[in-house]
Amino acid sequence: MFDRDRVKRKGRGRYQVRLRPTERILVGDLVGQLREQLLASTDEPSVRRLFPPAYPDDPERDAGYQVLTRDELLESKLAAIDVVERTLDGDELDEAGMTAWMGTLNSLRLVLGTRLDVDEELPTLDADDPLAPAYAVYEYLGWLLSQVVDALSPDLPPPTTDARGGPI
Amino acid sequence: MTAPAEVDQPVDSTDVDPETPWVVIVWNDPINLMSYVTFVLQKLFGYPFEVAEKLMLAVHYEGRAVVSNGTREKAELDVFRLHEHGLWATMQQD
Repeated sequence: MFDRDRVKRKGRGRYQVRLRPTERILVGDLVGQLREQLLASTDEPSVRRLFPPAYPDDPERDAGYQVLTRDELLESKLAAIDVVERTLDGDELDEAGMTAWMGTLNSLRLVLGTRLDVDEELPTLDADDPLAPAYAVYEYLGWLLSQVVDALSPDLPPPTTDARGGPI
Repeated sequence: MTAPAEVDQPVDSTDVDPETPWVVIVWNDPINLMSYVTFVLQKLFGYPFEVAEKLMLAVHYEGRAVVSNGTREKAELDVFRLHEHGLWATMQQD
């Protein structure tokens, strides 16, 4: 369906996202919308998926966790959105920049996938189905994200932890 | 999670050190990509690819997997780092 050529690993810790003009507009729109949603409220159903509970069975402890972490989580997501917006035109990225793209694309998928209430098997929709465009965007984001993961994977540091959680 | 992968042996929950009181659990969700979850587990915990992939497959096929354990403080930090990466992670006393 697509050529897998949007995300390029140019060398260790050097990457580039080369979107076509229509894709830049799409991704730019989506991250702008996500920023607005995040700034409006982190409790809205549309973005709540980005702020999961740590203690689902202990509301008191979870409230403490949310107080401790919500702002930091929000700040890191907003900062990552800024990076994506600044580098939409294909600027060279370092590992932190590529990681910002990864996190933002994943946030977009989580928000859109939650709104669509997706299942693991995506439905086959007619082209004129009102949900078809949203599903197409969802699939596009997954396609792009998988390229980012492939680009970053060779630069993971060597493993340090064995299967039991001990040092290697 | 999405995208099919080869079935592998699930990680046995007895892999967790019984001495440590808190466990961090990642739950299955239909959105996160399998390759992404594997990558995040390698990145955050330093697991080799094979270990991270087994944990990811346990999440996918069994609905959840324990991905780390330790003190409450360590578990909370691990949960936070997983939340930073969009994974549905919780913690509980073992």
